[in-house]
Amino acid sequence: MAITVFLLFVLFVVGLSFYLGNKTKTSAGYYAAGGNIHWGVNGVAFAGDYLSAASFLGICGMIATAGYDGFLYSIGFLAGWIVALFVIAEPMKRLGKYTFTDAVDANYNSRGIKLCAAISTLVVSVCYLIPQMVGAGVLVEPLLGLEHHWGVMMVGAIVITIVATAGMASTTYVQFLKGGLLIVFSLVLVIAVLVRGISTKPDQDGKVPFYEYTSLSAVKSGETLTVPEGGWTVLAVKDVKGGLQFAKLSKEGKESWWFVTTADTTITLKEAQFTAVKADGKYVNGVKVVDGLPKLRQVGNIESIEGDKEAKTGSLGPVEFLATMSDKDTLVKTWKSAVVTDGDAKVTVYYPKVVAGEKLLRPGQKFKVEGTWLEKLDFTSLMLALFLGTAALPHILIRYYTVPDQASARKSTIVAIAAIGFFYVLTLFMGLGAMTNGVINPADGNMSAPLLARSFGELLFAIISAIAFATVLGTVAGLIVAASGAVAHDLMDRYMNVKMDDKQKVFAGKTAAFVIGGIAILLGILFKGMNVSFLVGLAFAVAASANLPAVLMLLFWKKTTAVGIAASITVGIVSSLALIAFSPELYTLYGKNPLDAPIPLNNPGIVSIPLSFLTLVVVSLMTQKKAVPATA
Amino acid sequence: MLHEPSLPVGKDPAGPYKTKLGIRMFLGYCIFYAGFVAINLLSPTAMAATVFMGLNLATVYGFSLIIVALIAALIYNHLCTAMEAKLADPADAPKKGGK
Repeated sequence: MAITVFLLFVLFVVGLSFYLGNKTKTSAGYYAAGGNIHWGVNGVAFAGDYLSAASFLGICGMIATAGYDGFLYSIGFLAGWIVALFVIAEPMKRLGKYTFTDAVDANYNSRGIKLCAAISTLVVSVCYLIPQMVGAGVLVEPLLGLEHHWGVMMVGAIVITIVATAGMASTTYVQFLKGGLLIVFSLVLVIAVLVRGISTKPDQDGKVPFYEYTSLSAVKSGETLTVPEGGWTVLAVKDVKGGLQFAKLSKEGKESWWFVTTADTTITLKEAQFTAVKADGKYVNGVKVVDGLPKLRQVGNIESIEGDKEAKTGSLGPVEFLATMSDKDTLVKTWKSAVVTDGDAKVTVYYPKVVAGEKLLRPGQKFKVEGTWLEKLDFTSLMLALFLGTAALPHILIRYYTVPDQASARKSTIVAIAAIGFFYVLTLFMGLGAMTNGVINPADGNMSAPLLARSFGELLFAIISAIAFATVLGTVAGLIVAASGAVAHDLMDRYMNVKMDDKQKVFAGKTAAFVIGGIAILLGILFKGMNVSFLVGLAFAVAASANLPAVLMLLFWKKTTAVGIAASITVGIVSSLALIAFSPELYTLYGKNPLDAPIPLNNPGIVSIPLSFLTLVVVSLMTQKKAVPATA
Repeated sequence: MLHEPSLPVGKDPAGPYKTKLGIRMFLGYCIFYAGFVAINLLSPTAMAATVFMGLNLATVYGFSLIIVALIAALIYNHLCTAMEAKLADPADAPKKGGK
């Protein structure tokens, strides 16, 4: 069923592209859909463009595993549209033609701006493309039973077809369709979650028996840990960073890993799940993996509902659902992971951690707002980048050129705020629904929303998965249009002055789409397993640092010069990328100790955004002779 | 101008009004958003306090940031549209977009 729904959708999308492709003959048609898209359609297409894999898969997954901290992304992403509406929308429409570069260069005709802005568009688009392609690979595995790289190649091929046939026109209608369907079926999923309610023993309406994880009492004599009852033998005890301890136990020849907790003098071992990579293959919970099986058990449940450990609420209203979840006596079993070395085997242990609802429904699980001043600064930096990043994303900004006038640009932004805001409200319910219904893959939270849908039946799973796939298609299509515009329009046509007639410009754009699509496929395969939300956060930080100061200052500071803008964009790109490259999160990715990272922040915005503004001001003041008054 | 709009953009006499209004409303929302960040930094436990129908401050403030954004957007559009209509050149009326 999932395959049928998916194929029908893909066939429809490709058919639509070929139909619209016959009508796209000019560069205005290819890059800006002729500038004749209705503001209502454009608004929903904005939502379709913006609600990427990061929003649907990443945010829902992060809420499912870290609670409210995932919702911070929803808040920040939505708040960013206020910057777009109040400050950017109408001037962008007034200044630009096809690309972000057109707008920032409108008053200057500077080769430096053209080059820097085009490179910035490419860098931000590629940063944004990688997680989308990775998300496509993640989705295809449970949906079609294909391996990651096939999913990436499939998305790449379909998107190249969409973009190369009709450019912005087909991209717009794919995004409109996908945006609308995503919101409608997310609402269906949330209603299903509320009707089911919360249970301390979720069994997916009787389809999947609830697995009760056990605990063992242990005693410590000197350095030796023993389990007095049940015939268990302690084989090893491993300490890992952060003061965590895990025990490897054996019973009747079967080995297992347990999380060691100590309260006062009582030692309790909590049953964990684990994967082990050995010389002869991969093992899951002690069983060798053959043909992808067995898999880790899906997890996530409530331990206690408002103090009651054996409870089932029945249907709940939305407010009641959130109030129950955030109650101080509601306890939620979340899952973390740690890596231990056991001989020549690398073991990843997935262990339970019970968190009170009142802590889970406020920031603090992932972003340490109660931690050191550096951790607080990191949180502030993230919220700043999310707020300022949206209005600086090139693939979002080019959508302002698809509508006929400034009023339409404004109205389509308002439709986008309504659609995106409503969806982001739903993410909290979907994420918490996954958290409490035993559907989280402990090794990869990204699939939480589709797996939540599967708990309500294969049909809903098929539809949600097809929409999630379309989510990736729509966003990737928008990114490739933006990136191909940067290459063919900004670099070839404007910067290098390659003489092309209108038909050749369209051909150049389509060729660029092919090349960039190919690069996206390659990167999507190379970055397999990388965190989707992290990469999107990176793109936001780079966009906010490189593009926003240039756009804001050229609109509102009359002393802004072309050299100042080019310098600001360059400093924004370089500083944000450098800060990210030497951050603790990237050091973890490199396999190094994050404490050795020379930059203590994971989110660069709080340094790179002001630095970019400062560069623009200083360089503009130093190059006043070349100043051209701004129009706004 | 080398980078002319994809379609000709008509005169916009309401432009200065909309720019000023946009900046004011943007600053207002900034303060509201900054308040959310500040509470999380200065008094994170306050976010757990129940404030409305059993919901905690984090949930209420978070939803408010989304809802207020939409309300502010609608108010902005209403004021801009009214000013555009007031200052519109009658000769341009049939050509106006934003349908």
